[in-house]
Amino acid sequence: MTSDIAAILAIDGIATGAVYALVAIGTVLIFTVTRVIFIPFGDIAAFTALTLAALDAKRFPGTGTLVLVLACLATLVEIISLLRTNEPRLVPRALLLYLALPCAIVGAAWIVTRMDPPLAVRLVLALMLITPIAPLLDRIVFRPIADGTVLLLLTVSVALHFALVGLGLLFFGPEGVRTEPLTSLSTEIAGILISGQTMLIVIAALVFSGLLYLFFDFTLVGKSLRATAVNRTGSRLMGIRPARAGTIAYLLGSLMAGVSGILIAPVNTVFYDSGFLIGLKAFVGAIVGGLTSYPGAAIGAVGVGILESFASFESSALKDVIVFSLLIPILIWRSLSSLHSEEEIEE
Amino acid sequence: MSPMFAMTDVTVCYDHVEAVRNVSLSVEEGQIVTVIGPNGAGKTTLLMAAIGLLASRGRISFQGSEIGRMSVENRVERRLCLVPEKRELFSDMTVADNLLLGSYSLRDRSGVRQALDEVYDRFPRLRERQRQTAGTLSGGERQMLALGRALMAKPKLLMLDEPSLGLAPLIVREIFRTIASLRDLGVSILLVEQNARAALETADYGYVLETGEIVQSGPAKDLIHDPRLITAYLGGH
Repeated sequence: MTSDIAAILAIDGIATGAVYALVAIGTVLIFTVTRVIFIPFGDIAAFTALTLAALDAKRFPGTGTLVLVLACLATLVEIISLLRTNEPRLVPRALLLYLALPCAIVGAAWIVTRMDPPLAVRLVLALMLITPIAPLLDRIVFRPIADGTVLLLLTVSVALHFALVGLGLLFFGPEGVRTEPLTSLSTEIAGILISGQTMLIVIAALVFSGLLYLFFDFTLVGKSLRATAVNRTGSRLMGIRPARAGTIAYLLGSLMAGVSGILIAPVNTVFYDSGFLIGLKAFVGAIVGGLTSYPGAAIGAVGVGILESFASFESSALKDVIVFSLLIPILIWRSLSSLHSEEEIEE
Repeated sequence: MSPMFAMTDVTVCYDHVEAVRNVSLSVEEGQIVTVIGPNGAGKTTLLMAAIGLLASRGRISFQGSEIGRMSVENRVERRLCLVPEKRELFSDMTVADNLLLGSYSLRDRSGVRQALDEVYDRFPRLRERQRQTAGTLSGGERQMLALGRALMAKPKLLMLDEPSLGLAPLIVREIFRTIASLRDLGVSILLVEQNARAALETADYGYVLETGEIVQSGPAKDLIHDPRLITAYLGGH
């Protein structure tokens, strides 16, 4: 391998890693706030790519129907739970948040699709359609078992992933899609050609991670999410509702996953079931940070991307084997080196 | 007139074991009420039920409304606050952020800056350490932070669980001075303490909790001279 090839592989790996990093950061966010290891994040990323492809082809994406079905289910679950706890006065609010808002988004998407919107509008629409899915799934599936063990939540999360893959096939069909590149620019740095798409991926990953950092450090809502992650009982005593913190975490996490889906769509062909590998590789990255550290997850994810890039050069068939084999030494290293946190001991 | 806070026939069970049995107590507006008793008597359980972290049977009323079925967060929004025995600070976050989160439940954000200054004036040590993370504080500073954080929510009733636990005598005195001074601000206090003498010296009224039941109650100044309590809890003098 010459140094030129190594440089190209490294740049390629960093770009792939940056995509994984966005999903990994979302995974850490959800896990720390809700204790759910949200496996379907990869699916959310893939669905965003498929949604964007449908919008590009001037078709109304299947995501719309999916959101409508989930919104109806979530509204039903919420209303039943409100009636059970004897809080009927909150029903109008539930109707607004769980039914009217998602329906409004789908309605807007339906209208805009007929008007041949420019790319920027299609990108925003794809993200808007995708972000309600995870919070709605949270309301339907995870909130009723929020006090369960991490293992129970993980098991349900895996089941949810398989359900989503099935729904993906139903709503998007078996064809793979590749969207048009977001930019056709390219530049040469130190003799190596770098495509605009690659730079865009890295810049987007940096911008969104930066925005998340600002949100956590400078807003009360961001701080309340961190507080919930650090100490659930303590945050409840401040009046911070874990369920609300969870919804915000799911919204933000889906946004990160959605952005990564948009970034990866012009580079890789995305199928309805492509999400699993994206999610799993992001998960490996997140594990490097112990599922609690954002910089750790980002570094881990970029590491996974670079390793994957070099592995696919050496042996395309074995690249996934090589990447996932990395998990074993990392898990051994983490279990030997990390002390268990106070909260884990309490549980 | 009904008291500002009252628990009536409250029973709390852990896995079918009654940790607290038919307890009734009340706190009047502007009063400091203490619950003393030995380790394991159910004092912490009682406060956990009052804030809603543990489910209970019986009635709990606060400012005229029944709150026994409300969530913890709804009780906090009504300005019922608990400083738990474990403090439950956000250890990875700065002192300033911990205090700011104390005000999370307030709808009106205009007074937050002023409340923060008041807490810093009350505990100058916290001002010095505002950029430090809570996990790096000493035991006394942690208790000050826990108290300060609760005060940020402008509580009407502040419940304190063992505020003197594990602290040096000098700091214990400071904490109790602070508690007494809160009464002048119109904050009612329900204080649970093993340090019975300090608690009764500060409080207006006291209850004695033993094995989950109230066995005695009365004005604090009477309890402090009660021969049985002197032998059992007040060091025999």
